[in-house]
Amino acid sequence: MKKREKIDGKVFLLIITIVLFLVMYAAGLIIFKSKGFAKPQVFLNLFISNAGLIVIAAGMTMVMITGGIDISVGSIVALTCMMLAWMMEIKGMGAVPALLIVMIMGIVFGLVQGFFIAYLKLQPFIVTLAGMFFARGMTAIISQEMISIKNEMFLKWAKSKINLTFLGGTVNKKGMVNYSFIYPSVIIALIVLVCIFVLLKFTKFGRTIYAVGGNEQSALMMGLNVRRTKLLVYVINGFLCSLGGFLFALNTCAGFVEQAKGFEMEAIASAVIGGTLLTGGVGNVFGSLFGVLIKGTIETFITFQGTLSSWWTKITIAALLAFFIILQSLFAKAKEKH
Amino acid sequence: MPNEIVLSMKNISKTFPGVRALDHVDFTLRSGEIHALMGENGAGKSTLIKVLTGVEEFESGEIKIEVGSQTIINHSPQEAQEHGISTVYQEVNLCPNLSVAENLFIGREPKRAGLIDWKTMNRKATELLSKLDMNIDVTKALENYSIALQQMIAIARAVDMSAKVLILDEPTSSLDDNEVEKLFRLMRRLKADGVGIIFVTHFLEQVYEVCDKITVLRNGGLVGEYETEKLPRVQLVAKMMGKDFDDLEAIKKVGKTAGKSSEPVIDAKGIGRQGTIKPYDLQIRKGEVIGLSGLLGSGRSELARSLYGADKPDSGELKVSGKTVVLHTPRDAMMAGMAYLPENRKEEGIVADLSVRENLILALQAKRGMFHPIGSKEQEELANKYVKLLQIKTASLDTPVRSLSGGNQQKVILGRWLLTDPDFLILDEPTRGIDVGTKTEIQKLVVQLAKEGVTVMFISSEIEEMIRTCSRMAVLRDREKVSELIEEELDQNHIMKAIAGGGTDE
Amino acid sequence: MNKGKAFIKRLTGYRLFLPLFCLVLVLFSNLIKTPGFFEVTIKNGVLYGYIIDVINRASDLVILAVGMTLVVAASGGTDISVGAVMSVAGAVCCFILSGGQQSVNEFVNPYILGVLAAVLAGILCGCFNGFLVAKLKIQPMVATLILFTAGRGIAQLITKGQITYIRVESYKMLGSSIPGIPIPTPVFVALIVVLLTYVLLKKTTLGLYIQTVGINAKASKLMGIKSSMIIFLSYVFCGLCAGISGLVASSRIYSADANNIGLNLELDAILAVALGGNSLAGGKFSLLGSVIGAYTIQALSTTLYAMGVSPDQIPVYKAIVVVVIVALQSTELKRMVSKLQMNIKSGKKVA
Repeated sequence: MKKREKIDGKVFLLIITIVLFLVMYAAGLIIFKSKGFAKPQVFLNLFISNAGLIVIAAGMTMVMITGGIDISVGSIVALTCMMLAWMMEIKGMGAVPALLIVMIMGIVFGLVQGFFIAYLKLQPFIVTLAGMFFARGMTAIISQEMISIKNEMFLKWAKSKINLTFLGGTVNKKGMVNYSFIYPSVIIALIVLVCIFVLLKFTKFGRTIYAVGGNEQSALMMGLNVRRTKLLVYVINGFLCSLGGFLFALNTCAGFVEQAKGFEMEAIASAVIGGTLLTGGVGNVFGSLFGVLIKGTIETFITFQGTLSSWWTKITIAALLAFFIILQSLFAKAKEKH
Repeated sequence: MPNEIVLSMKNISKTFPGVRALDHVDFTLRSGEIHALMGENGAGKSTLIKVLTGVEEFESGEIKIEVGSQTIINHSPQEAQEHGISTVYQEVNLCPNLSVAENLFIGREPKRAGLIDWKTMNRKATELLSKLDMNIDVTKALENYSIALQQMIAIARAVDMSAKVLILDEPTSSLDDNEVEKLFRLMRRLKADGVGIIFVTHFLEQVYEVCDKITVLRNGGLVGEYETEKLPRVQLVAKMMGKDFDDLEAIKKVGKTAGKSSEPVIDAKGIGRQGTIKPYDLQIRKGEVIGLSGLLGSGRSELARSLYGADKPDSGELKVSGKTVVLHTPRDAMMAGMAYLPENRKEEGIVADLSVRENLILALQAKRGMFHPIGSKEQEELANKYVKLLQIKTASLDTPVRSLSGGNQQKVILGRWLLTDPDFLILDEPTRGIDVGTKTEIQKLVVQLAKEGVTVMFISSEIEEMIRTCSRMAVLRDREKVSELIEEELDQNHIMKAIAGGGTDE
Repeated sequence: MNKGKAFIKRLTGYRLFLPLFCLVLVLFSNLIKTPGFFEVTIKNGVLYGYIIDVINRASDLVILAVGMTLVVAASGGTDISVGAVMSVAGAVCCFILSGGQQSVNEFVNPYILGVLAAVLAGILCGCFNGFLVAKLKIQPMVATLILFTAGRGIAQLITKGQITYIRVESYKMLGSSIPGIPIPTPVFVALIVVLLTYVLLKKTTLGLYIQTVGINAKASKLMGIKSSMIIFLSYVFCGLCAGISGLVASSRIYSADANNIGLNLELDAILAVALGGNSLAGGKFSLLGSVIGAYTIQALSTTLYAMGVSPDQIPVYKAIVVVVIVALQSTELKRMVSKLQMNIKSGKKVA
C-alpha cells in the first residue's frame, strides 16, 4: 500500500481530476438530459468558451512548477482586449498589426516581471500583484468606456466556424444541416497545449523548470541556469497571456475595464485542480486542461439550471479549490511521515 | 605517485564584511591524489572551495588548472564544471521531485532529434549506478530514497561529470560505516584513474584512512601542507588548534562522576513510537552522564526525542523523579525539568534574526508562559551570565545570532537550555561541526554539570568523546536499544562489539 | 565631512528610515499640486483639510495593515481575503441592523448586536483561514484565496444581491465623526487598534513568539512554543481587524455594498506591510512600519487624485511605486550594488 502511494502520488491526483470531470459530466447528462445536455456541441462549447483559459492555464502551470505564481493574467487579458479594440477601432489599424503589437506587449510584460523575479529575486506574488495593478490601470488609462470591435477581418476570425461534419448533424426547421462546430481558437489552444507539454517533458529547458521548482538551490549547484530559466518562463507566460487574451477577445469582441476579473483565480484553480503543486516541482498541462473543463462544466450546469446567480460558479470553484488544496496537503503530510 | 599538478591556487585572498576569510592561501592538488582540507570553524575551508567553484569571488591570487596553462576564474559552478571541477556537498544538492536518472543527467541529457531521449537516459543511469554497486530503479523520484542513497547518487553525478578535480565537502556526515567504505572504494578507484580529489572533513580517522596529503588552514591563513603518513594525529590536531593539547587528558581524569544515588531521575518503561524507535526500558540516575551510541540511523536521536516529547511516544510509561508523567509535547517535558539540544542546530535551534539575548532567554520564557514576560533587566542579567560562563564570542547581546560562528551559535543554544535550570539535559551531537577547542569546553562543561547534580544524556558519533564524559552507555542498533555498558566497559572495543552485535562485522 | 557621512549612515541604518522617508516624500509631493495640503481648519466642529482627509481615509487600511503584519510575520504568507472579509462583515452588520430589509431608517435590532455580529464574522473567517494554514499546513496565499474568491459571493447572498442601506444618523458616526469630538472617528479607531495591538505584543510575549515562529517554527516547537497556535491566532486576529475595518467602511457609506467594500484593499494592505520595511517572508517585524506604509499609500493615492488621475487608473502608479520600493529593499539589489561598488574601487586601484 505504501509503495503504491509513493509511485502514484502525482498520477493519483491527476486520476482524481479526470474522474471528477467524468463524474460531473455524467451527472450533467443525467440531470439535464431533457434540456439537451447530451448534444456533442455542449462538450465542444466547453472548449470554445474556454480556449483562452486553456492557453493561460498552460502558462500558469509552467509558472507554478517553478514555484512561482502570476496573478496578473486576468489584467493582461483585459489589457490585451482593450488594446486590440482601441488599435482597431480608434486608431484604425488592421487586425494583423494590432495582433502583433499585442503579442509583443505580452512578451515585454513577461520580460519585465521575469526580470524582477528572476534577477532581483523579488517574490513572484508581489511582482505579479504590481503587474496586475499596472495592467488593469493601463486598461483604464486607454479607455474608461467599452470599445466594441467592428474590424472586418477580426470579426471574420471570430465568426469562422469549423464544422465537424464527421460528428454528424441535425437538420433544423429551415432544412439546413447544423453540424457540431468549433472555432479556430480551440485548435490554437490545443496546439499550445501540446507544444507546452513537449517543452516540459522533452527539452532541457522544460526539465530545468521542474528542477528549479523542486529545489532551486540544488538546481543552481548542478550548474543549471536558474535565472535565465525563470526569466524565460515568465516571458513565455506573458506571450501565452496575450495569446489567451486574443482568444478571449475573439469571444467577446470588445474591450472594457472590468473584463476578465478573477480570471487569474480560474487559471490557478484549474492548475491546482489539475494536480499542480503550489509548492512547485510538480505539474502537468493536461491536468490543467481537465481543471479548465471542470470549471467549464460547472458553468454549464449553472447556465442549464437557469435560476442560480453566477456567483455560485465562483463559490463552487472556490470550494473545489479548497478540496484539492486540502487533498494536496494531506498527501504531503503522508509523504512526510516516511 | 609523483604526478603533475592538476590544480594550483596561489595567494588567494577574500574578505567578507568585517572578516578576512582567506589571507594569501596556497593550495596545490596533483592528479591521482586524495588531499584533505582541514581546519576548525572559521579556518576558511568552505570559503576556499566556494572561491574555487565560482560561488564566491576572490579579490587577489590566481587559480590554474594545469602547470603552464592560463589562469582561470570561475564565475559559476557551471563554469567550474566546464573546467573539470565538480563538487559534492554535505547537503544533497539534487532535486527531490525529479527521477534518479534525471538528477544524474540534467543539463546534459542524451537527445534524439533535438528532444530528450528518456529511454537512453534511463539506461545510461542504470549502467552508471551499477558500476558503483547501486542497483535501484532510476525512474523513481529521488525523494523516495534515503538520504544516504541520495548522497551517493550526488557523488555518482559528480564522478560522471568531473574529469580532473572532484571536491567532496563533508560527504560522510550522513553516511554510516558501510556507506563510507563504499565511498572510499570509489575514491580509490578514481584516484587510480588520475582524478584529483579534495576531501573536506572533520573526521580524523577518515583522513588517515584514505588521504595522501593534508592541508591545514587556520583563521583564514595557510598553516601548511603535509604528507599524511608523516604527520602524527596529535600534531595534526595541534596545528589545527594552534596550541598544545593537554586539556582532553584532563577530562579523562575528572570525568567519571559518582551518580550513584538510589532513585532514578528518569525511569522509562516500554516507551516506543511506531516506525521510529522500538519500546525500550531505561533508567537514569541523578548526576549520571549517560551516553547513547550506535550507528547512524540506529535511533539515538529518536530515543531522545521520544523521552522529551518532541516525537510523541505511542506506548510506555515514564516516571520523572518517581512521579508518573505524560509528556505529549516539548512544553510538558520542559515543565518536568527537561531540556533538549537538538542535533540540527541550524534548523531546529537557532532563531537567526533574533539577538543573542533573545535566543538565550527564549526557552525560559516559554517555560514561564506567555503572560509573564521576562523584564529587560532580568534578560540582560541572565544573558550576560551565560555569555560569560560559556565564553560566547559576540559583539554584543543584541547582535543577531546569525552573525556568530557555528561554535558560538552552538554555545548560545546550550546556554538557552542551561538557563532553564534543567534537571535532565539531553545533548544530541552537541559538538558536531564544532572546532576542537569548543568541543573540549563543552565536554568539560558536561562533566561539571553532572557533578552539580544535573543528569545528562549525551549523544555523539565520536566514541572518544563519549568515553571521556560518560559514566554509562546505552547502545542502539536498528532502532532498538540492545544493551547497556557500565563504566568499566567504556572503551572502544567493548562499544564497537556492543554496536555490532554478535561478533565483528566487516 | 566624515562626521556628516557617519551621521547619514546611522540615519539610514534605522529600520524605519526608508518607510518614513517615503512617507515624507509623498506628503511633500502633494504640496506641489495642492499648496494648501497641510492646511487644517475646523468645519462643523470637525477638523478639515487635505491632510486630515488622507489620515481619515487611511484608517481602514491601517487597521487591515495591523492584522496583515502579524500574519506575514508569523507565517511568511499573506491573507488576501481581507477585502472580501470586510465585505462579509459589513453585510452581516447591515443585515442584522436592517432585519433583512433592503433599506431602513432605524435600527431593527440593537446597534451593538450588529457590531458584534460583524466582528464575529471577521473572527470566524480568520478561524477558517487559520485552520487551513496552521492545522492543514496549506500555503497561506492559496488558503486565503478561497475566501478571496468566495467571500464576496457570500456577502452577496447575505444581502440578497442588493445594497442594504442603514439610514440612521448614529450608524454613520463610526465612519464620520461623533458630535463634540473634532477628530474623525475612523482615525480614533485606527489609533486604538494600533495602540492595543502594540500593548498586546509587548506586554505579553506575543511579539517575541510571533517573530520566533516566523523565523524558525521548528525551533520554536522544541522550546515549547506552540507554533501552530501562534499562526492560527495571527490569522484570527487579521480576520478580526478585517471585521473592524469592514464596520468602519460600511459606516462611511452607511450601507453594505458587497461588491465594493474593501475592493483591492487586500493588495494595499500587503503593500503597506512591505513598504513598512517588513520582510514578506516573515520573522522580525515592525508594526509602526506597516502603519507608516499604510499612510504612505493613502497619501500617494491623494497625490494622484490631485493630478487628475481617476480611481481606475491609480493602480498603475501604485504598481510602479511598489515595485521600485520593494526592489530597493531587496537584498539581491544591495548585493549587486555593493559588487558594483567594489568593482569600481578595484578598478580605481589599478588605474
